[in-house]
Amino acid sequence: MKIETRTVGDVKILDCNGRITLGEGTMVVRKTVLDLLKDNEKKIILNLAEVNYIDSSGIGELVSTYTTVTNSGGKLILLNLTKKIQELLAITKLLTVFHVFDDEQVALASF
Amino acid sequence: MRAGIYGLKWVPKSYLYRRMNTTTNQVEVIISSVLDNLDLIQILTDSLTDFMSFDEDTAHWIGMSVRESVTNAIQHGNKLDVNKKVDICFEVQPDRISISVKDQGAGFCVDNIPSPLNADNLLKPSGRGIFYIRTFMDKVEFRSLSQGGMEVYMMKKLSPN
Repeated sequence: MKIETRTVGDVKILDCNGRITLGEGTMVVRKTVLDLLKDNEKKIILNLAEVNYIDSSGIGELVSTYTTVTNSGGKLILLNLTKKIQELLAITKLLTVFHVFDDEQVALASF
Repeated sequence: MRAGIYGLKWVPKSYLYRRMNTTTNQVEVIISSVLDNLDLIQILTDSLTDFMSFDEDTAHWIGMSVRESVTNAIQHGNKLDVNKKVDICFEVQPDRISISVKDQGAGFCVDNIPSPLNADNLLKPSGRGIFYIRTFMDKVEFRSLSQGGMEVYMMKKLSPN
């Protein structure tokens, strides 16, 4: 799992590439987001377009990240869900929990 | 469609599958309780479902279900004890694949597993693996083993073409 961070205005966009599975993948997401929060960066977009595999631990990590960012007074947006991530979120009733967008400009405008 | 070597010619894998599918074939793998082994099991599962010509989505969900089961066996069953083994047995039949995952842990009561769909559990970071397995597989059973440990049995049928 690799994450490249872009800055658009006061929003951080994390372009995730690879697998979010138990172990390394989930740790990378967690550490990247926690580092942003430490720097008081609280408007975060997770771009998941290039995430080719996710397991239940990965879904759990998205939930955990969402909770952490929200409790810090920030906002986390999920961008470009793959069909499989969308299905996993839908069947566990999480699609309505997250802020989900498939257009980056619309996502940016929603902050 | 991928092909395999049969005799001296390349032939479609569907032909190879028809040739072998009058019997039940088993592939058994025993691994140490190390999470790095998950990728080995993933590759093996993907190879078998590809060989059986499951469609891409179904193959993905079977692979995820097996991965979740083996993760549970390593992490929650065997508590990451490298001296404890996880026994994974794939049974390939003409119309289905069955997978058994056995650990050497203390076991658990499946009825005590909370539903991740309950409002109180929606934002919990864990507890969705078994729910996903039950969603994606046609049959799932949890059995306590007489020698100790748990077995998760799951089965998926091939959709008729």
